[in-house]
Amino acid sequence: MSAVKIFVPRDATALALGAERTARAIADAARQRGVEVELVRNGSRGMFWLEPLVEVATPGGRIAYGPVRPADVASLFDANFLHGGAHALRIGAVAEQPWFRGQQRLCFARVGVTDPLSVDDYVAHGGYRGLRNALAMSGADIVEAVTAAGLRGRGGAAFPTGIKWKTVLDANPEKSLQPSALGPQPSKYIVCNADEGDSGTFSDRMLMEGDPLCLIEGMTIAGVAVGATQGYIYLRSEYPHAQRALNAAIANACAAGWLGTNVGGSGKHFDVEVRLGAGAYICGEETSLLDSLEGKRGQVRFKPPLPAIRGLFGKPTAINNVISFASVPIILDRGAPFYRDYGVGRSRGTLPIQLAGNLRHTGLIEKAFGVTLRELLYDYGGGSLSGRPIRAVQVGGPLGAYLPESQFDTVVDYEAFAAVGAMLGHGGIVAFDDSVDMLEQARYAMEFCAVESCGKCTPCRVGSTRGVEVIDRIKANIERGKNLALLDDLCNTMRHGSLCALGGLTPDPVVSALKYFAEDFEPRTGTA
Amino acid sequence: MKPAEINVTVDGARRKSADLPAPVRQAVEQAIVANRGRPGALMPILHAVQEALGHVPPDALALIAQGLNLTRAEAHGVATFYPHFRSAPPGRTVVRICRAEACQALGARALEAHAKQTLGIDFHETTGDGAITLEPVYCLGNCGCGPSLLVGHDELHARVTPAAFDELIKTARAAT
Repeated sequence: MSAVKIFVPRDATALALGAERTARAIADAARQRGVEVELVRNGSRGMFWLEPLVEVATPGGRIAYGPVRPADVASLFDANFLHGGAHALRIGAVAEQPWFRGQQRLCFARVGVTDPLSVDDYVAHGGYRGLRNALAMSGADIVEAVTAAGLRGRGGAAFPTGIKWKTVLDANPEKSLQPSALGPQPSKYIVCNADEGDSGTFSDRMLMEGDPLCLIEGMTIAGVAVGATQGYIYLRSEYPHAQRALNAAIANACAAGWLGTNVGGSGKHFDVEVRLGAGAYICGEETSLLDSLEGKRGQVRFKPPLPAIRGLFGKPTAINNVISFASVPIILDRGAPFYRDYGVGRSRGTLPIQLAGNLRHTGLIEKAFGVTLRELLYDYGGGSLSGRPIRAVQVGGPLGAYLPESQFDTVVDYEAFAAVGAMLGHGGIVAFDDSVDMLEQARYAMEFCAVESCGKCTPCRVGSTRGVEVIDRIKANIERGKNLALLDDLCNTMRHGSLCALGGLTPDPVVSALKYFAEDFEPRTGTA
Repeated sequence: MKPAEINVTVDGARRKSADLPAPVRQAVEQAIVANRGRPGALMPILHAVQEALGHVPPDALALIAQGLNLTRAEAHGVATFYPHFRSAPPGRTVVRICRAEACQALGARALEAHAKQTLGIDFHETTGDGAITLEPVYCLGNCGCGPSLLVGHDELHARVTPAAFDELIKTARAAT
């Protein structure tokens, strides 16, 4: 009898919930019982309340059990889970779960399904079909396909990816050529922004851990399209598990001939290297990231020139988010219309949405644009974990607005969020129950900006610290009216005077907290 | 290539680089040799030195600057910009508590207060017995299962209650 395949995630959240101990317990029990099993360390399916979610490949398909703790393993073997036997933890087929059925997994199609590091597994599940097609196309045609698909930057800014690539394709690197002591250097670069610092977001991490080859393929297609031979993944140092997965996947892709000097036998050259950040949130801003990659302080650059014209080491650079790159292979595989047909309005395709904070069912859902916040919070999220009413939701990370219940019918769509003064950002949704103190959340927004400001421009560097002080005075009921007016004025200055989105958007959580939750800024009984 | 002899200032006293502690010299030399050919080598070198020594000592910065043909001010400016790089050795175990919003929604503020109170230290400080250094971190990407905490380099913990925190500290203290 051949070994039974058992899938135990190596996703960081699954590990934080004990997946490593579960995997070890399964391996030990199998050895003791003389059963041959093959442990596959897959990504997470995105249903965190079921992690560690163990799947067994039975003749009738994959059967899931979860959450599986080491203490459950003996009883699972007793229940013959290797053949899908009945057990209290038996979930059945993942694809038939209500959480899963309504999803459209394009970017995350393989995450949790395949062995993340296996090139064979990747190819068997549709991997590298997009790159194969791209290798037979001209750069301009690849860029046109990405443009026609309507893909917009998934990092948060939602800039059309194809237009950015076209600028890099058309850029003449000779103009920006600088001599280098290191010998001849690439004339254009591909840079992946994997500095996923927004609280409430983890889709980049899950993709890099669960299907790193998809990101690598997307970057390779970008390189082929614009004529770049070197790619960098700028990864935050808080993601050690993603770092390991990426480095292993890059080595495997090189060994299989999908990276290096002869990509897929085409004679084209493309290499990818992972570079680590060092705990600075601002390096998620693309120009800070480029300076950091160059070995400098991660300070924001003035724009123009755009990175597409003068980016890394002064060369034309296509810099995109992880999910943007990872969305490209399927566009080149299935064609632009296939991707464009998902979504609403000008938000085309799908968005990996991350449910976080105080929700019963947290995790990752990939859906076409158009779902409402309410569906996400209640149908998928199952309401609050604490059982108390959901009072506020922050979408789009620490620079995103706080929305009250009255805004929960907002549709996931870049323009719909902008219309209510919010932003979709990277698709992270953080729910708070009614125990939240919105004055404290507003104060934290300013404090975070003060901690993370790169210091280059005054509104952000100084304004954020003054903001904390002003909110403290409002809390202490010192000259309330004057300080509220001052806070408003300060937010206005930061919004319009800051060099980048950190200082420019920090007012959003502050102003939305004041607008929708004004009662939390009222004088408090018992305070001076 | 071995860096040439240079003067460095350590604790206010001027010394030759050859007088620097051997582990520091070795760590820097190895990091420079391994990374010198890479564009933008400074960050990988700082990471390599911190990995080898647990921190980036100020005298290492002088050597790194020399090896990369940078001014010491440039190397200092970069090393101090990034919160990840520390200039002094940490305690035996570094514990990073996530302060970001998704963890706040699940009680991170209370966990932070509990940690500071029971350890008797603030963020960026080390307990008197040298066992624990407490650091803030702004998101570990475990936002669905907070409050989150990282022990050491990669030991991530989810849904950390104050009681679970005490257990983790007990384990860390016993292990070191």
